[in-house]
Formats: sequence, C-alpha cells, structure tokens
Amino acid sequence: MSRMPEPTASASAPRETVLSAQGIRTSFGELTVLHGVDLEVHRGCVTVLIGPSGSGKTTLLRALNGLTPPQQGVIGLSGEEPIDFGAALTRRAREAQRAVLRDASGMVFQHYNLFPNKTVLQNVVEGPVVVQKRPRADAEAEARQLLARVGIEAKEDAYPFELSGGQQQRVGIVRALALRPRLLLFDEPTSSLDPEIVGDVLAIMKELADEGWTMVVVTHELAFAREVADEVLFLDHGVVVERGSPAELFTAPREPRTRAFLERLLRPGGTPPAPPPP
Amino acid sequence: MDVWQLAWDSLGPLLRGAALGTIPLTLASFALGMVLALLIALARMSPLPALHLPARFLISVIRGTPLLVQLFVVFFGLPSLGIKLEPWPSAIFALSLNVGGYAAETIRAAILSVPAGQWEAGYTIGMSRALTLRRIILPQAARVSVPPLSNTFIGLVKDTSLASLILVNELFREAQRIAAFSLQFMVIYIEAAAVYWVICLALSFAQGRLESRLDRYVAHA
Ligand SMILES: Nc1ncnc2c1ncn2[C@@H]1O[C@H](COP(=O)(O)OP(=O)(O)OP(=O)(O)O)[C@@H](O)[C@H]1O
Ligand SMILES: [Mg+2]
Repeated sequence: MSRMPEPTASASAPRETVLSAQGIRTSFGELTVLHGVDLEVHRGCVTVLIGPSGSGKTTLLRALNGLTPPQQGVIGLSGEEPIDFGAALTRRAREAQRAVLRDASGMVFQHYNLFPNKTVLQNVVEGPVVVQKRPRADAEAEARQLLARVGIEAKEDAYPFELSGGQQQRVGIVRALALRPRLLLFDEPTSSLDPEIVGDVLAIMKELADEGWTMVVVTHELAFAREVADEVLFLDHGVVVERGSPAELFTAPREPRTRAFLERLLRPGGTPPAPPPP
Repeated sequence: MDVWQLAWDSLGPLLRGAALGTIPLTLASFALGMVLALLIALARMSPLPALHLPARFLISVIRGTPLLVQLFVVFFGLPSLGIKLEPWPSAIFALSLNVGGYAAETIRAAILSVPAGQWEAGYTIGMSRALTLRRIILPQAARVSVPPLSNTFIGLVKDTSLASLILVNELFREAQRIAAFSLQFMVIYIEAAAVYWVICLALSFAQGRLESRLDRYVAHA
C-alpha cells in the first residue's frame, strides 16, 4: 500500500485516541435510537459493533462521520476542537462541524453505493482529485496500486454494473482507502455478498487491520470479530450493554442479553458466522 | 398562380423565418429556461420556506395559466408598469419562464430519483452538499431527465409560433404574411407545418443519440 502502515498499537504502548464519542444521543422524531453511547477509538485498533437489528449500530456509525448528526453528545477527534452536538449553533457552524467529521473518516457501505455513472478508476479518484485536490496522475497511480492489491486492477475501466458484488465492495473499500482517512468505517460490508466471497472481503479487511488502519466495523461475522477485533461492543436498544476484548465478550459474556444474542446468532438457523478468512 | 410554384417560392422565406426566428428563439428560451428550471427546482427542494414557497407559487402560476396569456402580459401588460420590452426580449422572457416552470418539476423529480445512497457516498468522500449535487447527483439526474426534457424542448419549438402574435418575425408570422397576400391558406400553412415537423424530427433523432450515449453505464437486460 502506498500509505505507510501505521504501527499497530500494542498492549504496552500508550494508546493514542483517534476519536472519542461521549453521550451520543440520537432520535428520529419521538423515537430515541441511541441513549447516550460512549466510544473510544484507538489508533491502529479495530472496534467491532455487534447487536440485534435495529439496535442502533448504523446510526452510531453515521454519527461518527456526521452523516446523521446526533441531537446530543460530544465527538472529539485528535487534534481538533471537540464537537458538541448539544450546543445551539448556526447552520453554517453545523455544516463546518460535519465537514470536520466527514473529512476524518472513510466509509464502506453494505450496498457499496458506488457511483454508477463513473468507471472504477473514476470512482476511486473522485475524492482525492476533486475534494483533496491531489494531482490526477498521482491519484490514479495510487488508485491502480490499491486496485491491484485487492485483485481488480483489470477492471479499472469497467462501470459498477459490470462488476460482481464482491468486486463492487472491493472498489468501495479502495474508494475509502484512497482518501487516506484517519478512520475507516464499515457498515455490514459483507451482508449483501454471496457466502463464498464473504471470506475474500473479510480477508482484505483483516490485512488492513494488520497494516495498522484504525477501523470501526459493524458486522455479524463473529469469527472475524473474534480474530481481528481489539474491542467488541454489544449494542442493544441504543445502549452499549457490554464491551470488552473479543476473548472476554465471546467466551465469558457477563450480561444475560449478550449471552442470549450470541446464542441466537450461533444456533443453527441463526445468521451463521462465516468461516475464518484464509 | 400555380400552387406548386407558390409553394416553391415561399419555401425560402419560411426557412428564413425558421432559421432567423423559430430556431434562435427556441435555443435562447430553452437555454435560459433550463437555468431557471434548475434554480426553481433547487429552491423548491430547499427546507427554507423563504425559498420553497415562492418557487411553488411560481410553478403553480406558470403551469396554471396559458402561455399566450403570459406572452400578452409581458408584451402588452408590462409597459403599463413602465417596463417596455421589444418583441424578441418579451418572447424570450415569457417562453423561458414558461419552460423553467415546467422543467423545474422534471428536474426536481430527476434529482429525487437518484438514490439517497449517492448523496451519502458523495458526503463520505468529503464532498459538501453543493459539490455532491454538481459532481454526483446532477449527472445522474440528467440521464433520467433527457426524455421528458426533450418533450419540453420539442413542445417549445411549436410554442414559439405564439410569438408571432407579439410581432416576432418567425416561421409562422412569415407564413401568415405570405398567406395573406397569396390567399393560398392551405398550401402555405401545410408547408409551415411541414417545416415545424422536420425540425421536430431532427430533434427526436438527436434525443435518441443522446439517450444511448448517456445509457452506457446502465445494465441492459
Ligand atoms: N432515518 C431514520 N428515520 C427514522 N428512523 C430511523 C432512521 N434510521 C434509523 N431509524 C430507526 O432507528 C433504529 C436503529 O436503526 P439502525 O439502522 O441504527 O439499526 P442497526 O443496528 O444498524 O440495524 P441493522 O442490523 O438492521 O442494520 C431502528 O428502529 C430504525 O428503524
Ligand atoms: Mg444497520
């Protein structure tokens, strides 16, 4: 990868906080979806969010990058003024806050959300060239390297409709990486994929984690979470019920709700965990 | 006088009326109308009442009143307010406003037809709303709005004939002039109709070409 890998935080090194969210509270009309969630994301660490459907995982991820600004809470990014969503602000000031958040992270969507009218290469360089004003030739060279890394360099001139789901999601990942964000957000990146290619995409994500990217991942792939996560948060009804290392949370969950959720997910007939990535 | 000879002799003046009147009037009104339409559509979609209320009102008035009446208000009515416009500016003003009002709804629908995920993807690669609209949303909206806007365009070619009534020298006014002294109404008006038809045929052809060009990124079953 053209980006220098950041050193993975080890247990002994002091952990640098990339993003810290406190008291995130989001409502849609009468419905409160997040009831004051706290989250610390450390540099080079993988944070995995799990929880039942409707528990607020997507909403939390979208709070972190400003797509759905919460009604209350504070998000601090290292080196930036903390953003207080509860404060009364002008529209302009709000927009400026959202701009800070959206520039900090890249996002990979469940349904890819590639630009259908742009080729693979155009999809990837759009942000670097148009937003970050990097020279097109440099951005394209880097994009080609990234595409080659995920094995789709031959598709750079294809339009998204000409790609399989797994190929589209790789483009989605490369599009996020090309921005060189401080933080990568993944919202169920493998949930729309055929089972036989889920492992390939998870393997790419594991490589990114090993390289030291800071990642927040919403997923139902427990095997992936167990192997790659530094911290797992279990969300239910908009609160973090339990958090801990994968070993703690998966082998000895303290909360009955966590236990019930894991049992349901692992039971035959529940969403089966994917085989571990090769 | 031989009607064929008359038809042949009047072809020149009619084509000149098309080339110097109908076609430039259509192009100018359409270009201006598209700019207006985009502005009206964006205002109409704004959450601010100060923007979307006037836009809705304008659309409603334009769609709810006859174009001929709009032309007359501009050309014969405005002078009483001290605003006196020549025939050409009057016609361009009224026609582009009319096109703007209709096309605004087309453009709004086209923008709304682009999935929300495209806005979100633009946002997550660091784009502002305005930049996402320009770089991501409008190019996709353009594709879906080509067929309806082509209809608007073709409709406009024919609507320019109304400008003859406010003294713009275009194809139909030329036809009226020739018909008045030759008294061959049938021949001349059929001939004028044929010229309009040929212009519209050419436009339909161009529309087909444009559509297939813009369709290159869409899966075909
Ligand atoms: N834009 C919205 N408007 C209204 N309600 C919403 C909106 N977005 C989410 N919700 C509601 O918020 C709750 C949490 O949704 P969210 O998408 O965050 O859940 P999730 O944990 O990601 O679920 P899933 O696993 O199904 O993706 C749900 O009840 C959902 O219906
Ligand atoms: Mg979700």
